[in-house]
Amino acid sequence: MEALFATTTGILAASGLYLALRGRTFPVVVGLTLLSYAVNLFLFSTGGLTTGKAAVISGDAGEYTDPLPQALVLTAIVIGFAMTAFSVILAMRVRGDVGSDHVNGNRIDEPREDKS
Amino acid sequence: MQHLIILPVLLPLFTGVALLIHRGGALTLRRTANVLSTIALVVVGILLVAESTDDTIRYYALGDWQPPFGIILVLDRLSALMVMLTSVLALGSLLYACAGDDEQGSNFHGLFQLQLMGINGAFLTGDIFNLFVFFEVLLIASYALLMHGGGKARTHAGFHYVALNLLGSMLFLIALGVIYGTTGTLNMVDISMAIPSLSPVDLGLVKAGALLLLIVFGLKAAMLPLYFWLPRAYAAAPAPVAALFAIMTKVGIYSIIRVYTLIFGEQAGPLANLAQPWVWWLGLATLALAAVGVLSARDMRTQVAYLILISVGTLLAGIGMGSEAALSALLFYLIHTTLVSGGLFLLVDAIAQQRGKAGARIVQSRTLTQPTMLGLMFFAGMIAIAGLPPLSGAFGKALLLQAATTVQQYWLWPILLTSGLAALIALSRTGSTIFWRASGEKTGTTLGPLRAAGALMLIGCAPLIVAFAGPITAFTQATAAQLLDRDAYVQAIIARGDTGGDA
Repeated sequence: MEALFATTTGILAASGLYLALRGRTFPVVVGLTLLSYAVNLFLFSTGGLTTGKAAVISGDAGEYTDPLPQALVLTAIVIGFAMTAFSVILAMRVRGDVGSDHVNGNRIDEPREDKS
Repeated sequence: MQHLIILPVLLPLFTGVALLIHRGGALTLRRTANVLSTIALVVVGILLVAESTDDTIRYYALGDWQPPFGIILVLDRLSALMVMLTSVLALGSLLYACAGDDEQGSNFHGLFQLQLMGINGAFLTGDIFNLFVFFEVLLIASYALLMHGGGKARTHAGFHYVALNLLGSMLFLIALGVIYGTTGTLNMVDISMAIPSLSPVDLGLVKAGALLLLIVFGLKAAMLPLYFWLPRAYAAAPAPVAALFAIMTKVGIYSIIRVYTLIFGEQAGPLANLAQPWVWWLGLATLALAAVGVLSARDMRTQVAYLILISVGTLLAGIGMGSEAALSALLFYLIHTTLVSGGLFLLVDAIAQQRGKAGARIVQSRTLTQPTMLGLMFFAGMIAIAGLPPLSGAFGKALLLQAATTVQQYWLWPILLTSGLAALIALSRTGSTIFWRASGEKTGTTLGPLRAAGALMLIGCAPLIVAFAGPITAFTQATAAQLLDRDAYVQAIIARGDTGGDA
């Protein structure tokens, strides 16, 4: 399970980083979202990966999984969702205000919009 | 007053939410509520500083969950000082904003208070994940404030700022995950106690986590390879917001000081002082490049943004020196530079408004409506920020130069003094272009009382800091001593003998 988990996190992070470095706002937003998934998975794994254990301490259960990373991931997910929504709207705003969806405002290979 | 510690977080939270709910209310009412709440924050800040002077470290356990299990807010001298500094800066920029900048977009007042809540929370918290949460609160508010009023330049700079800070937040989470995975705790004091007993395998991981944290804090503080977003964002932001943002780089500086004295300080065994060489060299490099930036700026706002970078470089170099004297000197310099550069942002905006089309660009233009008053203020601000006697910048820099050891002197003295000279040359050029090479009739509007009060209040702090240099230096010296005395901090938060350890 550890190998699968680590590979998934790694692929997500690598794809996210690649997309975040692209020149247009949409891939950047998608890249940041993928990165945040990778980070959430990583945070989740910091308490150790276990299956079939109680999530919180109970009287009779001898072993239990660490509940704290789950709380951390929950916080990170909430913040991540809000920020994704915000950056999508912001990217649209940039497209409207600057007239280009390039992160540095280039218009060179921007196809002309047909206003008809 | 046990609950005083949480007031700097709760007060702006409630005011901010109330202002967001009643965003359609009468403008005067919203302005009054915001100003009153900020004045109350100044009072709370002064009370906190007064309370911290007896050298006991107090903590506030939220929900009465005792450390290391619950989230705590910690009040020591440094936190109290930073909270008070924030509130004073906020009051100055808020007064300026109330003259009309707040109406260029929606929700200025609510966001302003939420921003203050994030900043104050970051200064007070004793839990490193909570530090992340407060970072997010202040960042989310700052994203919206940066784009207050809209416009091409702002949305454009805003997207870069948001994307970079989102990446920064993710690195922060990764670093926290690594630190939690190895030490099993998120309380800063508890982490610092867990580090000496780590196995060699975990040690490498924690080191990676610690240096990732340095990247995150360096991004916030605008350390060399990570500062390129700052001039553009700060130059595009509305003046009162840019003035408030003068404290945002200091949040990064504060976090570096806190984490690398408390967690990775002298007592951290193999990880002791691991950030200092990085911070020292990168700080010096930031300082050198920012000096070039000040000289090359063609716009007054960009110029002030580079002046902020000069101060960041100076502060980082001070942290890198690592001695108690340097820490005390940099705290003195931090008070001065935050207030004066905030004031300069306001002043530059006031000047730009009286110059017609030329705006903030450093070109010959028409005469200002109030050349004498603005000229004198610019002169005072320039002397203070460039570090010339008799104003506060000179004291801060002199203390810092004095604190350097012989080897450090070879690097610090030429770079710091040359950057001061560069700032002086650039600002004299700006001043003479704007105030002396002007011609034509005066057409701009005069400076309103609120704007004048805001700018005067912040720039007026420069002579005040000099007048009270004695007590302020005494306070910063005690703060530096308290910061380096990690054992006392640990004792105050957790008496390990009582809990028997959590192994």
